[in-house]
Amino acid sequence: MASRRFNPRSLLRGMFSILVFLVIWEIGSRSKHWLGADIFSPLRELIGMMGFKKTYLPWIGAVPAPTDVLHAWAGVIVDPGYWHSWYKSFSRVLAGFTAAMLVGIPFGLLLAVNRTAFGIGFPVFEMLRPIPPLAWVPASIIFWPTQELSIAFVTFLGAFYTIVINVVGGAKSIDVRYFQAAQSMGSSKWDIFRRIILPGTLPSIVIGSSVGMGITWEVVVAAEMISGGGSQIGGTGGGGLGFFIWNSYVGGSYEQIVVGMISIGIAGFISSELLRTLGKYVTPWLRLR
Amino acid sequence: MSTSGTPRPLVSAGEITVSGVSKSYGATGFQKEVVRECSFSIERGKLTVMIGPSGCGKSTLIRLLAGFEAPSTGTIKLDGEPVTGPSRNRLVLFQESALFPWMTTYDNILYGPRARGEVSAQVLEFAEFLLNKVGLQDFRKKYPTQLSGGMQRRAELARAMINNPEVMILDEPFRGLDAMTKELMWEYYSGLFEESGRTNFFVTTDIDEAVFLADRMMIMSNIPTQVRAVLEVDLPRPRKLADIVVSDRANQIKMEALSILHEEAMKSFSRGSKAAADFVEAYTKRTAKS
Repeated sequence: MASRRFNPRSLLRGMFSILVFLVIWEIGSRSKHWLGADIFSPLRELIGMMGFKKTYLPWIGAVPAPTDVLHAWAGVIVDPGYWHSWYKSFSRVLAGFTAAMLVGIPFGLLLAVNRTAFGIGFPVFEMLRPIPPLAWVPASIIFWPTQELSIAFVTFLGAFYTIVINVVGGAKSIDVRYFQAAQSMGSSKWDIFRRIILPGTLPSIVIGSSVGMGITWEVVVAAEMISGGGSQIGGTGGGGLGFFIWNSYVGGSYEQIVVGMISIGIAGFISSELLRTLGKYVTPWLRLR
Repeated sequence: MSTSGTPRPLVSAGEITVSGVSKSYGATGFQKEVVRECSFSIERGKLTVMIGPSGCGKSTLIRLLAGFEAPSTGTIKLDGEPVTGPSRNRLVLFQESALFPWMTTYDNILYGPRARGEVSAQVLEFAEFLLNKVGLQDFRKKYPTQLSGGMQRRAELARAMINNPEVMILDEPFRGLDAMTKELMWEYYSGLFEESGRTNFFVTTDIDEAVFLADRMMIMSNIPTQVRAVLEVDLPRPRKLADIVVSDRANQIKMEALSILHEEAMKSFSRGSKAAADFVEAYTKRTAKS
């Protein structure tokens, strides 16, 4: 990992690309045509000739313009409900993610260091792993007493598998010579675990966590959309950025849909960045190449 | 910190006796013998160099000496005590750096004493002494990836020496270093050896390295490995590269060793080894020149 230094030129480049993106979006949305002209009309004709409806292409005119989105955002930014959605989603992600770390790291390490545990635990783990976390939504609503817990559980699953797989892989790929050297120098088993296996697995834990964090956001938003904002089950659940988007869709406020989408983008970015910083802090030997 | 006159633990040099050791791998009936009927001793306080063609089973022999694996037959004893597992008394320096990447130089060096709960003022002082000895006092807070190849090797020497092993086992430790650094490390390492009087067992494929370092040179046969010959290298110590390069005696020993290695290579060449073919060709050209 190369150390990232502040580079004014790359910052400028980044800002420019975002600006160009926004301008194209604005033009497309206002003119109702991509790039301000109907450049897809031949394609539409072609689709028509093939016997499909001509409207089978996505229509940018349906997407609210960035200026409208900004306007809508200015409206909700003073609304405590909007910030409550942030708070809800963030606390769910944090709960699910923390639980995934607390359970996943020890579980992964156990599978990696103990052959019996691996033999017993891994087949079950591998059988459950291909089930997408969202497929668990109905079951977990039934299974958990409150809606809040069921969302947190699905969020937990999102990060859990990735963290475990990374921990097992990381711990198993530690150079055997490190163990031999440590053993020769008189390390006990506990000492080898604490000073070789744990730090040796740390880079993989960091990678697994950041991937897991991404999945956590995907899952929490979908779970919020499905579970809705109602208080029909348990009476405590609902809300969150996912519900904010869904609610905006149901209410026909297309600007707010985009506001919600961008909010999730920002929230995900903040979480990843926090995790990256933390990761660098706990693995100082990796950034000093 | 004072560098001279630092009280150091007394070096207790051990002696390893290997008798009738064989090692085979694979399932019963399909076994491949890597080490066959090896008997030799690693003499107390001496630097014994084991040289042999690459892939001849030297590393296997090292794993047996270190106690990472047990021999199929035969016994290995350190000062009369049978070897049953890894121990601080027989420390191995591996081919490439096995420094723990997540620890600074200082933490790496102190690994052994901390693992055994033996950190005392005397040990810390010894650590300082070793840091100075290997010229890494300014790099104590650096991680292994921040050190050069030569520095890594020196840090590893210090990490082994702080445990005061009775025998130090080095498995081609300077392989992969560039020629200049390698020669520097020879002088460095032989200086450390001369000062400590510890028993050292050094494995290499490099004949110049072997002649420069050895008190005794063990020449191994091709796989399954056996001791082919033992040469006494009676060059005066302390040794300097400049002296050894022009020494007739050194050249004589080298040619003697090469001719034995040549015989071995011819044998495996006739058995179809491609690596041996390279050696045979190189040897023929070399002897034709001198």
